[in-house]
Amino acid sequence: MRPRTGPRPNVPVTIDGVEHQAYEGETLLELARRVGVRIPTLCHLEGLSVYGGCRLCVVEVAGDRRLSPACALEVTAELEVTTQSWDLHEHRRRIVELLFAEGDHVCAFCVSSGSCELQDLATEHDVDHIHYDFAHPDQAVDASHPKYSLDRNRCVLCTRCVRVCDEVEGAHVWDMAMRGSQGRIVAGMDQPWGEVADCTWCGKCVLVCPTGALSFKGRATSEMVHDPDVVAFLAAAREDGEWLDRKADA
Amino acid sequence: MSAETAVDETTRLRVATAWLGGCSGCHMSFLDLDEKLLDLAAMADLVYGPLTDTKEFPPNVDVTLVEGAVTNEDNLELARAVRSNSRYVVSFGDCAVSGNITSLRNSMGDPTELVRRVYVDHPDINGHFPSEVVPALLPHSEPLHEVIPIDVYLPGCPPSAERIWTLLSRLLESLAAGEGIPDLTWRGPEDLRFG
Ligand code: SF4
Ligand code: FES
Repeated sequence: MRPRTGPRPNVPVTIDGVEHQAYEGETLLELARRVGVRIPTLCHLEGLSVYGGCRLCVVEVAGDRRLSPACALEVTAELEVTTQSWDLHEHRRRIVELLFAEGDHVCAFCVSSGSCELQDLATEHDVDHIHYDFAHPDQAVDASHPKYSLDRNRCVLCTRCVRVCDEVEGAHVWDMAMRGSQGRIVAGMDQPWGEVADCTWCGKCVLVCPTGALSFKGRATSEMVHDPDVVAFLAAAREDGEWLDRKADA
Repeated sequence: MSAETAVDETTRLRVATAWLGGCSGCHMSFLDLDEKLLDLAAMADLVYGPLTDTKEFPPNVDVTLVEGAVTNEDNLELARAVRSNSRYVVSFGDCAVSGNITSLRNSMGDPTELVRRVYVDHPDINGHFPSEVVPALLPHSEPLHEVIPIDVYLPGCPPSAERIWTLLSRLLESLAAGEGIPDLTWRGPEDLRFG
C-alpha cells in the first residue's frame, strides 16, 4: 500500500461499528486494507483499473438494500458498512461454488494448486463441496505460445490479464469474447496466442492470473507460483519515475 | 473414551471404508495414520473396506468413509448399500467430493467412445469391448452427494492423515459419548482444502 501525501484523511466512515477516517476519493476496499479489515477479493488488483466483476468483495451498506462491491465503492461521509455477516459469508461462498461449478478447476492436478486465489477463497469460505451441478465445459486450451499456456477451463474471467496487458504493458493482446457461459478470453483477433505479434512475451498476464488458467509452460502440478503484487510494484515505481533518467530531467 | 467402554463389544463403534471411482490414494492416506491406527482400533472395529476381507457391505455401521466418484454401476450399487447401512457417511477425498479426475471424462460426452479408445483401439492385440468383470460406466461420473445424502465432507487429494484423524477422532469420540456429528470447524491443525 502506497503512503499518501497531501491532506489528512477526513471522511468519517464506519466499518463494522468502528469509525475510521478515509481519504477523499478512496474506495472502501482501499480504506479497509489501510486499516487492516479483511475483505475478500478476486478480480480486483491493486495497480489496475477497477472491474467490479466477481462480487466477492460485496459489503452491506446501511440504508441500502443492495450489496455493494467494496472495490468500486467510493467513500462518502457517514458511510456505514458491514463487511462480515452470515449473509455475506453465504453470498461469497455461493460465488466461489459457482465459479468451481462452471469451470473444470480440478485442484488435484492444477499447475497453480497452492498458489491459487480461488482455492484460497474456497478454504476461507468453508467450501467443503459444491452444491451446484458441474458444467464440465470443454473450452479450448491454447498452448501455441512458446513460453506460456492458457487453460480456459480454469479461467474465472476476472479480466486481470486483459487489464494488465492493456494498462501496464500497453500491448492489449487480451480481450473478452462472447457472453454468459460461452464467455472466454481471446488473444489478438481470437487467434492462437502464439500467432499474436503484439504479444511482447512479458508474462505479466501469467503473473497476475489468480488461478491456473495462465501458466508458464513446463510446470507440473503445484509448480506454478503467481506474483500478482508485481503490478502494484510497477505502478508505484512508474508514479515515482523510477526509470526516468533523472540527470536528463535536471 | 474410557478403556472399559472401548472393549465392550456391544457398544463398540463400527467403522467401514469403501472404494468407488478413485485411485485408492485416500485409502493410502488412511494407512498413513500409522500409530494412530492403534488408537482407532481401540475405539472401533473396521468392519468393511478394501483393507478387510468382507464381500458384502455389513449392516449397522456407524461411520463409513467413501472414497471415489460414482462412475460405474458397481460404484452406484455400493454407494447405495453404504447409505442404507451407515449412520454417518463421509464423502472422503476430492473424487467423492467433487468428481475430480475421475469426472474429467464428462466433458468428452458418451463414455462408449472412451471405452473404445481404451479397450478396443489402444491394445496392440485382442482389443474388444469388455463384457465381464469390468462394470459398465454410467453416462456421467458424479460426486457422491449427487447419488446419496452425505453427512460430512472431507476434501483433499488425498486428505492428509492429520485431516483424516481430526475428523475421525472427533466423530468417534462424539459418537462414543452418545452425541451426533460434532462441530467440525476446520480451523484445526490444518485447513480444509481442495487438492
Ligand atoms: S486467464 Fe486468468 S487473469 Fe485472465 S481472465 Fe482468466 S482467470 Fe483472469
Ligand atoms: S473484487 Fe470487487 S468485484 Fe471483484
